[in-house]
Amino acid sequence: MIEFSTPKPIQQLQTVVETVAVNMMRPVSREMDENEHAIPWDFINFMHTAIKSMGGTSMVPDSKNGDKKAEEKKEKRPPIGYQRLAFLVEMLSWGDAGMYLCIPGGMLGSAAVAAAGTPEQKKRFLSRFMGEKPVFDAMAMTEPQAGSDTSAIRATAVLDEETNEWVLNGEKIFVTAGQKALEESNGFCVIWATIDPEAGRAGMRSFVVEADTPGCKVTKQEHKLGIRVSDTVSIHLQDCRVPFENILGSPTVEKTTKGFKGAMATFDATRPIIASQAVGIARATVELVKEKLAENGIEIRYGLPRQKLTNIEREVIDMEVMLRAAWLLTIKALWMADNQIHNPKEASMSKVYAGDIVVKITQKAVELLGPLGYSRELLLEKWFRDAKITDLYEGTGQINRLVVARNMLGYRGSQLR
Amino acid sequence: MYSFQPSEEQQMLVDAIKRYAVDDLRAAARDADEEGQLPPELIEKGWELGYLQASIPEDYTGFGERSAVTGVLAAEEMAYGDLSGALAVMTPGLFTTPILLAGTEEQKAEFIPPVIEMEWKPFTAALMEHRLDFDPNDLETVAEGDGDVYVLTGEKTYVPYADAAETFLVYAALDGATQGFIVPGDAEGLEVGERQKLLGLNALPLYPLKLESVRVPKANRLGGDAGHDMAPIMAASNVALAAMAIGVSQAALDYSIEYAKDREVFGVKVAQKQAIAFLIAEMGTTIEAIRLLVWEAAWMIDQGMEEAFKRAYLALSGAIDTAMMVTDRAVQILGGHGYIREHPVEMWMRNGRGFATFSGLAMV
Repeated sequence: MIEFSTPKPIQQLQTVVETVAVNMMRPVSREMDENEHAIPWDFINFMHTAIKSMGGTSMVPDSKNGDKKAEEKKEKRPPIGYQRLAFLVEMLSWGDAGMYLCIPGGMLGSAAVAAAGTPEQKKRFLSRFMGEKPVFDAMAMTEPQAGSDTSAIRATAVLDEETNEWVLNGEKIFVTAGQKALEESNGFCVIWATIDPEAGRAGMRSFVVEADTPGCKVTKQEHKLGIRVSDTVSIHLQDCRVPFENILGSPTVEKTTKGFKGAMATFDATRPIIASQAVGIARATVELVKEKLAENGIEIRYGLPRQKLTNIEREVIDMEVMLRAAWLLTIKALWMADNQIHNPKEASMSKVYAGDIVVKITQKAVELLGPLGYSRELLLEKWFRDAKITDLYEGTGQINRLVVARNMLGYRGSQLR
Repeated sequence: MYSFQPSEEQQMLVDAIKRYAVDDLRAAARDADEEGQLPPELIEKGWELGYLQASIPEDYTGFGERSAVTGVLAAEEMAYGDLSGALAVMTPGLFTTPILLAGTEEQKAEFIPPVIEMEWKPFTAALMEHRLDFDPNDLETVAEGDGDVYVLTGEKTYVPYADAAETFLVYAALDGATQGFIVPGDAEGLEVGERQKLLGLNALPLYPLKLESVRVPKANRLGGDAGHDMAPIMAASNVALAAMAIGVSQAALDYSIEYAKDREVFGVKVAQKQAIAFLIAEMGTTIEAIRLLVWEAAWMIDQGMEEAFKRAYLALSGAIDTAMMVTDRAVQILGGHGYIREHPVEMWMRNGRGFATFSGLAMV
């Protein structure tokens, strides 16, 4: 059955989260943007308490441990964990896309542990989110010379057999929430490194490095175009030792890149989540544009043949088309994830499309509102700056086009480079 | 709950239509386009798949009920084969669907069964008018009450099978509001003009239709004395056309992929070049995005949601742009070959442009 209704439990959640977005995020949005590197503790503490009281350890659904199947049987309802997350992220990003990234326990680090960790690892690393104080997580993959081309990662992990510890060395950049995860809380960062530099992608592994681990240092905070409230840091690893048990996945190098591909599968869930973020910013923008037009007595005459519409009506209608279509692509990709249908194509499609349209919509909106649009008295110019990140991180629009094209054409990476 | 899985019945219908669309409609499309006609047995075969009959309740001799979702799934597959052929097969729906949606009980009982029970016959409708600012809600064709009849006067355009029509559903402005009128094919004052020559849809016979004081009984006003709202009818047309635009787009995309994976260039397949692969990725992504928008609009129609009318309009708006973008790129991907009439992509590009114009030419 083809259906498009929002599940009841999600509707209730949406109402709650909207209240948070309206009352806790929008009022401080401008101030946090202007004071880059300030940490929104009021919001963070509020969210920490709220998430705890709702019984969640983190925002990321715990997908691959079989719990879901048990839950499904118990409730006799189709799984909606990732879809719920998409609604949540969309609404929070509607509030403030940067502050959403400041929510404790909801980042890629816990997603990686949830996706690839053993039950012991999940318990060890994820239980900390339920403590008294807010705790953050991060993931470090990018290096100065290695962005989307992860096979170029140079950070190394060598097993010291005497102490049974991994010794990490290397330089990581663009780590979202790295400062909060490693310096402002008892969090952790999932760090990608190679255990066999000759093995290429087959040697790539991720390691959980906890806060206060000697040899792991935050060295720089970036100054960015947008999402300024979210910290983006560089991490220097010098003989950083972590217990053997902190490796996610197999400690030995196999001939295949199965382990690496497994890790890449995380993207099948996280890319549509970024798309949800894009949709949230886009929706905020379209709503503001329509509100401002209405204030000025400009009405959108839906139903009129297109050749009779004014330019401004055409623009708004196009925005609404793109906005809704992006959301539907996103929710379909996550519906697939929830139902364990292989979705790398759809995940990347949602990211390509949502990343494209949020950039188009925010750019056009600044134009349409004239001097108001360009002014910092409205949040619109901020959304214009925030929006661009969704076309960059978790794979640029171009990388995701490659993924989509390979899947559509049935090509391997070597056939379509 | 969200779900993107068609029901088993829907899937069976879709599969059957796809087979017909590819094996029959597509196979005949080029010749039909060049010769300007579709073989009657081809249309009859499509009619017998029962897509329309399945949307009509048993009370009116059908065997199902109207579902816009099923309708858009079927319409997309039909258009995937060939747009002219698809519109031809679906033409009787232009007559029955508005009657089903807005007609009185008597009108449904009287006018639907003769269409549904028989082989395909040219029951048709006349909405469009030949002017650049044509607007379905602001017609120049007018209806005026005169005793127990309405008198219709005006000129219609793009009327499928007007030359042989059994019965027309003619839209005219009554006191400024668009209303449908059931007009027998042999009514006095009807004048069918010369067949229209267009950019595309060459195989579908379309005609101008002149109405000179055509008198129809008042009982023939769609919805009876109370008349009807035009919005549900436009929504039925908008989602149908949107779905067909997606069908044409998908056809062009699939053809481009096949070609690009076969065509050698500088020692590799042309699909292995990012310049081409990225075009394909964007075509596929946009098609999927807008398809979901069409499905949602159809689902909202089925749910009886007020917002459905606006959503159907948005869906068509998105689909118009998608069809143009995708069919243009298909020609581009084939390069010079795309411009030659040996390949279907130039035809799809011509047909694709039409969705901005084809108001009321399809209904689900």
